[in-house]
Amino acid sequence: MTSLAGAGEGHLIARVCSALHHLPTHVLHVRLQEIRKVVQTLEQTAREILTLLQGVHQGAGFQDIPKKCQKAREHFGAVKTQLASLKTKFPADQYYRFHEHWRFVLQRLVFLAAFVVYLETETLVTREAVAEILGIEADREKGFHLDIEDYLSGILTFASELSRLAVNSVTAGDYSRPLRISTFINELDSGFRLLNLKNDSLRKRYDGLKYDVKKIEEVVYDLSIRGLNKETSGAGGEK
Amino acid sequence: MSGKEGSGGFRKRKHDNFPHGQRREDKENVTSSSALMISFKSFQLELDTRHDKYERLVKLSRDITIESKRTIFLLHRITSSPNREEILNESEVKLDAVRQKIKQVAQELTGEDMYQFHRAISPGLQEYVEAVSFQYFIKTHSLISAEEINKQLVFTLDEKEETTNTPSSNSHNKQQHTWSLKVTPVDYLLGVADLTGELMRLCISSVGNGDIDTPFELSQFLRQIYDGFTYIGNTGPYEVSKKLYTLKQSLAKVENACYTLKVRGSEIPKHMLADVFSTKADMMDREEGLS
Repeated sequence: MTSLAGAGEGHLIARVCSALHHLPTHVLHVRLQEIRKVVQTLEQTAREILTLLQGVHQGAGFQDIPKKCQKAREHFGAVKTQLASLKTKFPADQYYRFHEHWRFVLQRLVFLAAFVVYLETETLVTREAVAEILGIEADREKGFHLDIEDYLSGILTFASELSRLAVNSVTAGDYSRPLRISTFINELDSGFRLLNLKNDSLRKRYDGLKYDVKKIEEVVYDLSIRGLNKETSGAGGEK
Repeated sequence: MSGKEGSGGFRKRKHDNFPHGQRREDKENVTSSSALMISFKSFQLELDTRHDKYERLVKLSRDITIESKRTIFLLHRITSSPNREEILNESEVKLDAVRQKIKQVAQELTGEDMYQFHRAISPGLQEYVEAVSFQYFIKTHSLISAEEINKQLVFTLDEKEETTNTPSSNSHNKQQHTWSLKVTPVDYLLGVADLTGELMRLCISSVGNGDIDTPFELSQFLRQIYDGFTYIGNTGPYEVSKKLYTLKQSLAKVENACYTLKVRGSEIPKHMLADVFSTKADMMDREEGLS
């Protein structure tokens, strides 16, 4: 058809395709499938832990919190092995290439770990401690790590769980817990206020924190206008 | 359980226990020293560092995009210019300037996970791939490979910077300082997909200049790229399959141009070809608008 066409021919298709052999369709596909598979089992374990911990919201659940935490800790053992297997599914230096796939579940696991630690000690779990519970690293340099934004997102989910806990502990007759939660969440709120967040998903979730704070303050207010905050737990129910 | 009897002295109690002022104080105490606040201060630092880096990369990416676009515009002038070499040289100078920017990107990304900041730099890199492959096509009539692009993106520290940056250290250490940036396969593919749009424009403007050979050559080239992309099909990433549609349109335009040339080229004097073609192009635009 033309005189100049000799230059490229089949060799050209080969070039376009060779770019693909680097991102190779099949290798990438297999890798993604394996990652998804592990992430699915992780999600399953996370759901189990969540179900377990949901028990604390029920009246009777307040009695055996330590036992529930103990059980949850055992489940975190399974999480550890699952995350260890996730690590083997992709090259260590491509963490952020596949980040989106486990982002959600990792945030949920942070939330669960924070919840367990809070129920045990009433303190905020540190990033290092979460990493240890999950069997991963806190620093990027050392391998599969916990991204700071994921950690903070998980903590924010945990904060809304706390506002629920405050409400339900009143129902269960534990009037002192909301006060402690209030102090805690206020501290958390001032912590988050130190951060300069970008207009991203973390920021959106942070914007929800004020409603959790408000909810807990309302609970504390309700208790204090009725004088229930002074009394020991359980006493209010007997009146 | 509601304990209404407790509400008698609520006014007093409320003020005793939860006056707003006092709570503020609590917060201020908290702000200073607790373990939680200390760790959040370190989070602040970490997030700020990351966001700053991201912003710097976005800015660099914009500069790269703009300069690459200008290079492409410059290269389009080649069809009407008598001085081909001059324009090619000028484009090379421009691309060198772009590569200086990419060097800065590479420096920013030293020790980082490239994919973490990929979203910031991806548009710039794609535009660069487009520009550099366009220039390569004009020179050699073939497609530049991803390896060749990456080869040009290995940088070493040059003498001038060495003296300004760290005057104390000697040049022996400095020689080990190289930075490189790899264009990801996806960026490469997207850049090449954009290239086809430029080639389509080149085809039309070359018809305007009475050049009858180039459109045929281009149509063949585009068809091969199209074949390559259809081979990937929808197994590739989402963005690639999106570009495939535009690619098809560009190819159709070029193929129709060739058709017109073939059918009517022998009948019409060369200087009128542009008019024939422009009406044809208008018609196609309208058709696309409808679909």
